[in-house]
Amino acid sequence: MSENSFANYFKNKMLPILSIVTLIFAVWYIFTVYLNSSIQIYAYERKKIDWEFSDLVRHTMSQKKPLLPAPHQIVSEMWKTIFMIKITSKKSLIYHSYITLSSTLLGFAIGTMLGIILAVSIVENKAMDASLMPWIIASQTIPILAIAPMIIIILNAFGLSGLLPKALISTYLSFFPIAVGMVKGLRSPELSYLDLMRTYNSSRLNIFWKLRLPSSVPYLFASMKVAIAISLVGAIVGELPTGAIAGLGARLLTGSYFGLTIQIWSALVMAAILASTLIFIINFISKKTLMRMGIQE
Amino acid sequence: MNTFQKAQQIIASLMALFALYSFIFYEFSNPLIFILTLIALLGVVRIFYDYLSHGVFDFLFSIIGMVLLTIYVYGSPSYGFWPLLISVWLYGWMAVEKITQEENMSPFFKKIFFIIVPVFFGAWILFTWEVITTGLNVPMVILPSPSLISLKFVDSLDTLWADFVQTFVKAALSGYLIGCGSAFIVAIMIDKSLFLRRGLLPIGNFISAIPIVGIAPIMIMWFGFDWHSKAAVVVIMTFFPMLVNTVTGLSVTNPIERDLLKTYASSYTQSLILMRLPAAAPFIFNALKINSTLALIGAIIAEFFGSPTVGLGFRISVEVGRLNLDMVWAEIAVAALVGSASYGVISFIEKKLTFWHPSNRRKLEN
Repeated sequence: MSENSFANYFKNKMLPILSIVTLIFAVWYIFTVYLNSSIQIYAYERKKIDWEFSDLVRHTMSQKKPLLPAPHQIVSEMWKTIFMIKITSKKSLIYHSYITLSSTLLGFAIGTMLGIILAVSIVENKAMDASLMPWIIASQTIPILAIAPMIIIILNAFGLSGLLPKALISTYLSFFPIAVGMVKGLRSPELSYLDLMRTYNSSRLNIFWKLRLPSSVPYLFASMKVAIAISLVGAIVGELPTGAIAGLGARLLTGSYFGLTIQIWSALVMAAILASTLIFIINFISKKTLMRMGIQE
Repeated sequence: MNTFQKAQQIIASLMALFALYSFIFYEFSNPLIFILTLIALLGVVRIFYDYLSHGVFDFLFSIIGMVLLTIYVYGSPSYGFWPLLISVWLYGWMAVEKITQEENMSPFFKKIFFIIVPVFFGAWILFTWEVITTGLNVPMVILPSPSLISLKFVDSLDTLWADFVQTFVKAALSGYLIGCGSAFIVAIMIDKSLFLRRGLLPIGNFISAIPIVGIAPIMIMWFGFDWHSKAAVVVIMTFFPMLVNTVTGLSVTNPIERDLLKTYASSYTQSLILMRLPAAAPFIFNALKINSTLALIGAIIAEFFGSPTVGLGFRISVEVGRLNLDMVWAEIAVAALVGSASYGVISFIEKKLTFWHPSNRRKLEN
């Protein structure tokens, strides 16, 4: 029985994903050879070396500054910068990830709290609903990243620098899905439940604590998954316009100044790993909590 | 008046009292402001005898107060200005409170009201911004006032237009169209194969979550400094949300509906066009809306990594360096206007095309 279910799982879930991933890697390797070949051929001609196709394949995958690095080059660069270098060193990818992660988490925490507070006041107060809701939506059509340098300059003027300005950009991006999801969740109880509470003569506060808040929890977790991903984007982008010297965004920026493509790609892959780990953790907490609460997804 | 409004009224009048105190003992320059303060103070009587109780009166008072205070702030306001500002703001809040609690409002008035309130709120934010930056003499390097920004905006329309064309029309719009269009086509192609769907959906979700903007420096290496590289970033950013949403949307029809079309002997194309695409429309529009903001963001950030000497992102990063913050805010205003307008256009088309969807029908109050 269990073997059968594992076989099913493999056939229905893993196999399709694995084959697509394999396909992506194959296409990637082909493109590596194709994109890097012109520079390589130019180098051959300059040095007047006779070359064959097998040489070309080998050499295009081991360039120092390739147009497109091969996946194994990225992996070896990451291995080098994660495990071979001391964590406190400025070259360690762990160090840069830590900088980005700390502002991501701070921004996410503030954003989540702000989103919940906004959602509660919108649901409980009609005046807030009428005046705030359209602006919450409008706030997201403004490309925040344009404001990022401004926020950092303003906060610097007040003596705030370092972590908090970057975190505030994450906050701005992450409060929105939380607020919208929470409003939806707090309004999700059916009319009959609300009526039942009213027949018990329960106060608004009681309805909130015993009915609205518990039924909003699944919505909260769903929006937290979205919010954590975009707080990471916010933290990385917050490092760009300020010329930060540490963090994954700074790695991208210096990489692009000096044409260090392998460094750019390894920072990107690191960001992807961070994002999926964070989402995985929230997913895990969400599953455990919902199970304890007896809510089935 | 309920308890909450009574509390608001008391604080509003108390603030007016502070203002009056400062006007009488320190400075008395403007009779209009003096009258405004007196009216705000006298509002406290309404706790016992509710005269002019309708929210419209509070609303009018708040607007008149806003206008007078704006004029006053360009003179040299005394300390009484700030409590009076809070008082007028509280009247505005009370107005919105009272009107939202109105039981028997005509649907027409209700419709207008739900447009006026957000506009009123926005006007208050702009007004507070203007008054604080002017009244406290905030240096322009930190935060320019809205009036300075709008002057700069009108002054440099040519530059702003050129930046708009470069970043929005060339980079963001073309990238958006290519990204969303190709994702739509790919979604319909892989829709027939369960295997491809199972493989591509998790990967699409994964890629939607990672910070794709980081790919900008690579795209600049591949496609050069001009708008083509920015459009490429936008294509990649918009592709996966559109793909995931379209594929999900195409699978929302239930067996009964599919069986019905089968009994009509409809072909694959017919059922796709007549049943599944319309059913997927809310999902597709959702992706189009998300992507409209993503496209602008992508195009602006990509310019931070290198661009020709025109474009919203380029101008922002350069003018921040020169501390021309009014120009930066003018560029932000352009970006905000363009972002809101494109979101609005897509929402409008969505409402017209998916009028049948439950979220667009009249909702039950909850």
